[in-house]
Amino acid sequence: MSDYTLLGKDFTPPDVTGKVTGKAKYAEDFKVDGMVYARMYTSPMAHGRVTRIDTSKAETMDGVIGVLTAEDIPEVEAPNAAILTNSPAYIGDPILAVAAETEQIAEDAMAAIEIEIEPLPFVTDPLDSLLEGGANAREEGNVYARSREGSGFREIKWSQEQIDEFRAGKEPTGEFVSEWGYGELEQGFADADLVFEEPFVTIGYAHMSMEPRTAMAYWENGKCYVHGSAQSQSFWIPGLARMLGVEMKDVCLISENTGGGFGSKIGAYPIAALPGYFSRKINRPVQLRVTREQEYYMGSARVGFQGWIKMGFAADGKITASDVFIVEDIGPNATGGDASSAGGAISLVYDPTAMRFRGLPVLTNTTPRGAQRGPGQNQIAAVMAPIMDKAAKQLDIDPVEIRKINSTNNDTIVYADRSPVTSAYMNEALDQGAEMFDWETRKTQPKRNGNKVRGLGIGQGYHSAGATGFDGLIRITPDGRLHVHSGIGNLGTYSYATTSRAAAEVLKVSEDSMQIHRGSTDNHLPWSSYQAGSVTIFAHTRTNYVAAMDALDKMKRIAADTMGGAPEDYDIDGQRVFLIDNPAQGMSYGAIAARAIQLGGEYSGDSYPEDIHEITQRAVQNLAGTGLVGVAKDNLHQEGVIPGLAVAFCEIELDLETGKYDILDYVGIAECGTVMHPKGLAQQMKGGAVWGFGMAKSERHVYDPQNGLPANVGYYQCGIPSYLDVPSVTRTDAVNIADPQNPFGARGIGEPAMGCSVAALQSAISDALDGHIFGRSPITPDMVVNHVMGRDQSYKPLQTNNF
Amino acid sequence: MASFDVMPEVQLYQPVELGDALNLADELGEDGWLLGGGQDTYGWLKDRAKSPRAMIDLNGIEALHGIRETDDGIEIGAATILRDIIRDKRINRDYSLLAQAANRVASPQIRNVGTLGGNLIQDTRCWYYRRGLDCYRAGGNICYAGGPEAMNREHAVFGASRCVAVSPSDTATALVALEATMVAASISGTRTISADDFFVGPDTHIEQMTSLEPGEILAAVRIPAKWAGQRFYFEKVADRDVWDFALVSIAAAMSMDDDTVADCRLVCGGVACTPHRLTNVERAARGQSLGEESAEALAPLASEGAKPLNYNHFKLPLMENLVRRAMRG
Repeated sequence: MSDYTLLGKDFTPPDVTGKVTGKAKYAEDFKVDGMVYARMYTSPMAHGRVTRIDTSKAETMDGVIGVLTAEDIPEVEAPNAAILTNSPAYIGDPILAVAAETEQIAEDAMAAIEIEIEPLPFVTDPLDSLLEGGANAREEGNVYARSREGSGFREIKWSQEQIDEFRAGKEPTGEFVSEWGYGELEQGFADADLVFEEPFVTIGYAHMSMEPRTAMAYWENGKCYVHGSAQSQSFWIPGLARMLGVEMKDVCLISENTGGGFGSKIGAYPIAALPGYFSRKINRPVQLRVTREQEYYMGSARVGFQGWIKMGFAADGKITASDVFIVEDIGPNATGGDASSAGGAISLVYDPTAMRFRGLPVLTNTTPRGAQRGPGQNQIAAVMAPIMDKAAKQLDIDPVEIRKINSTNNDTIVYADRSPVTSAYMNEALDQGAEMFDWETRKTQPKRNGNKVRGLGIGQGYHSAGATGFDGLIRITPDGRLHVHSGIGNLGTYSYATTSRAAAEVLKVSEDSMQIHRGSTDNHLPWSSYQAGSVTIFAHTRTNYVAAMDALDKMKRIAADTMGGAPEDYDIDGQRVFLIDNPAQGMSYGAIAARAIQLGGEYSGDSYPEDIHEITQRAVQNLAGTGLVGVAKDNLHQEGVIPGLAVAFCEIELDLETGKYDILDYVGIAECGTVMHPKGLAQQMKGGAVWGFGMAKSERHVYDPQNGLPANVGYYQCGIPSYLDVPSVTRTDAVNIADPQNPFGARGIGEPAMGCSVAALQSAISDALDGHIFGRSPITPDMVVNHVMGRDQSYKPLQTNNF
Repeated sequence: MASFDVMPEVQLYQPVELGDALNLADELGEDGWLLGGGQDTYGWLKDRAKSPRAMIDLNGIEALHGIRETDDGIEIGAATILRDIIRDKRINRDYSLLAQAANRVASPQIRNVGTLGGNLIQDTRCWYYRRGLDCYRAGGNICYAGGPEAMNREHAVFGASRCVAVSPSDTATALVALEATMVAASISGTRTISADDFFVGPDTHIEQMTSLEPGEILAAVRIPAKWAGQRFYFEKVADRDVWDFALVSIAAAMSMDDDTVADCRLVCGGVACTPHRLTNVERAARGQSLGEESAEALAPLASEGAKPLNYNHFKLPLMENLVRRAMRG
C-alpha cells in the first residue's frame, strides 16, 4: 500500500482487547463511593406546559435523596434543548429527575410523582404544520431559520392548494427561508434535452447508539468530574463547562470507550450536564442511567426530507441544471441543517452546470434531530441514485458512464462559492468498482427468473472529510518512549490510534515504544477536533505531524547544542538522533528527553506557542518538565473542500410476490486519499454499507399523528438490519491516491461509506422494478407489493414519519 | 412519564414438580405469572406495564420438557425450547411444518431460550398495547390502533372486534394447520383443547389471546399422526429475516391423492388475532391438482371478507400471493 512503516499497515488498536474481553469500561461501568442513582421523568405529551409538579410522596420514600427540576437549572431559550424543561416539546422531553440509593427506589419514586401538563397543539409531519390552520410545534412558531445574519422563529403557512401541488410532485410555490445557487438555472434547463421532476421523502430515524447517553458526575474541590458517553473528548469541554456554569479548567470528562454516537454525541448534549447539577445540589455523586426507551425518545435522530427536484440533462448525459427544494423536519429543537448540505452534495457529486437550492426547516414535536452519518448528503444520495438511472435509461447511456460524465475531479469547483477541491478521484473509484463488481458482464445477464427479478445498483457517497486548526501534543520521556496525547475521543473507529501513529511515523518510533494518552481530560489532552464529520483522519494526522515536526526540530537542536554542529547536520533513526556524517555519534531519544528537561523552556513545555488553544496550554503546563514536548497548532496550508468519496455497486434479487429483496453482492470503493489503516477502512466501508441498507430497507420513524406517540422505542421496532439482511460477504477496496493537502495524503471516509450504500440499494430496487422510482426511503415490502400489484400506497404522497 | 427498566420486586417460585406449579398457579390466580423462556415476560415486567406479585418459573419441571411419541403422533412439552424442536429428527421427518415455523421465530438467540409454550401464549405485539396504554385489551375502553390516522400496518384484516391486534406466534399457525391439541393442566386435572379453539379473538375475550383459564398451565402440545409426512408449505414474510414478527405468514398441510389435494388446512399468521384458517381456500382446493392454474384460481379466495385498516391493505395481496406459492406445487 504505502511506503510508510506504520501508516497504511494493519495494527491492533490498544482498546480492542478490552472490547473483546468485556473489560472495556463505558460510562455506566464507573461507580464511586456514595454514588446515588438518578432517573428521569419525561413528558408523556408531545407538546405542553407543566402546570403542577408534586414530588412530595416520592421525596418521603425511604432511600430517595432528592429531586431536580427545571427550577434548579438555568433557563434555555427555545428552541434550544434544555437539561430539564417545563415546556416539553416532544414525548420523552425530560421534565425532572429523582435520585435514590438504588435504581429500583428511583423507579418506585418515579411512579409516585404527580405532574399536570396543559396540552398544546402538536404536529408530527412538517406538511401538516405548513398547511394553513395547521398546528405549530412551538408556541413561538413552526419554522426556525438559522443563518449568519441571524436566527429566529417564523410562522410560515402554505395554502391547501400549495400543499396539494407539492404533494402532487409539482414545484413548490410556498414561502421558504433559504436559497443559494450558481450558474444560469433557466438557461441550464433550456439547454437540456431531458428535463424531469421527482418528489421525494426520506424519513428520519434514530441514531440507535448501543450505549444510551448515561452519565455520572461528582465534584471535588470545585471541579466537576463527568463520566459520559461522548463521541469527542476535548471538544466536549467548552459545552460542558458552559452548561455547568464553570470554567473549562473545572471540568474533567472521562470517556474511555463509547458505544456509538453516529453524530448524536459530537458535542456535550444537555443531559450530560444533569448529573453535575444534581450532584452539586445533593452533594453526592450521581449516576443518571438513561434507559433504552429514553434513548429513543431523546437520543437524537436523522433529519427527514420532503422535497422536489427538477433535473436537466444534455443528450450526452451532462447535467445542465438541478433545482431542489427541501422541507426539512428539524424536530422540536431546530437542529439539523441537513437540507443545505444535501444541496452541497448535489453540487459536489454531480457537478451540475447550474443549480439552485431552496430550503424550509419546519419544527415538529418528534425526537430531537441531530447530525447523523452523512447528514443531508446521505439522504440526497438515496434520492439521486434512481434519478441518475432514469436519465441514463432515457438517454441510452450506461449508468456508470452517466455518473462518470458528471463526476467530480481535481478541477471541479463546488458549492455556491465555487470552491476548489483538494483532490477528487470519483471516476477512478467508479472504474475500480465497476471492474471489481464485473459491471459489464452483470449488466447483460437476464433479469427475470420466475417471480424473482434481479436489480443492479450504483451509489455515490460524499461528505467533506477534514478540518484544520486543531493542536497536536506529544512527548518523549527520558525512558525513550513516545507519548501521544489525543483528545479526539474513542467513538469506535480507532482513528485516535491511527492518527497517533502519524507522530511515530515522523519520529521513526516503533509501535511498542509508543504510548497513547486519552480517555480522560486529566490525561493532559490537547484541543482536538470533534470526532465527527469524517474529519479526524485528515485533521489529526496533520496535528500529530506538526507536533512531531516540532519535536524533531527540538531534538536536532538539542543534539547540535550538545554534540556540536548545526541542527541540519543531524538525522534520526532507531530512536536516536545522530550526525549524518558520522552516525555512530548520536544521542538516544531518552538522552535527548533528559537533556530537554535540563534545558527547560520550549524544550520541556515550560513555554509553548501562543496560538495553541487554552485547553492545550493547560495540558502543556501540566506536562512541563516531564520530557521533550512537541506541541503545535495545525497551521499547514489548507484550501478548498476536502472531499471524502465512496462508490458502491450492488446486486439484489427482488421477490415480486412478497416484496422482499436479498442483497446478493456488494462492492464498496473508498476514495479517501492514502489509506491509513486498511482494516479500519474496510470496517468503515462494511459498517457504512449495513447502515445504508437499513436506511434503504427498514429504518424510519413512525409517529401516530393523533397523539404524537412514537412507535419505535425499542431495537426490534426500529428495523436495524439483521445478519440475514446483509450479504454474507461485503467486498471493499480503496482508490488510494494521495491528497496533496495532507502530509500523509489522507482524507476521511466515515460518512460516504454509508451514502454510497443507501444509494446503491435504492438504485438496484429501481432497476429491478423496471425503473420505478418510489421517491422514498425506506422501501419496505408492503410498498413493493402494492406497487407490483398496481394498488395505491397506504400513505399520502409526501407523507412522513409514517408506515 | 416514567421510563422503567429495572425489574420491580416480584417473588420467584421455581418448582420442580408440575403439581407444585399447579398449586402455586391456583393460589396466585391472576397475581401469578408463568415464566418460560422469559422473552415476552421480562419486557412486560421491566416496563411495569404488567405487575404480577410472583413468577412461577416452569423451566425446572422435567415433565414439561421433551418430545415424546404417543399412540397417535407426538407430544411436545410446553417448556421445550424452540431450538430442540428445530433439531428434532422426528419432527423434521414427520412434521417439518412445525420445524420450519419454529426456525423462523425471532432470532437464534431467542430460539435458544424461547419455549414452544411461550411462543404460543405470548401476548400480541400491538405497539400501542405494548406501550402500556389503556386500550380495550388492557382493560380500558378505546382502541388506539383502529383510529382513522393510527399507524396500523401490522394489525388485523380479519376478526377485529374493538381490538385490531394480531397473533404474533409463528408456531401457532403450523400447529393449527397440523390439528394439534393443547394439554392444559390445573389442580382439577387436565383438559385438552384443539388448537383451533385454543387461540381466541377479541370477540371471545378481549384481554386474552388463549382460552387458558387462570390457574391453568399449558403442559404440552400433541400433534396427531394424521398429517405425519404429508405435504407442507411454510413461509413468513417479515420486514427483516431475523427478529421481526410476520407481516403475513402461511402454514399449509396437504394430503395428496396422486396429484390432487385430498385434504388440506391452510392457516395465515399476522392477519387476525388468532391464526387465521383459510377455510374457503381449503374447501376449494380439495380435489384440485397443484399447479399454476389452481394457484391462480385459489389465491383470490384468501382475502375474501378482509377488512383492511389504513396502512395494512397490502396484507390482502400478500396473503393471496402466499396461497399462490403454497398451491403451485
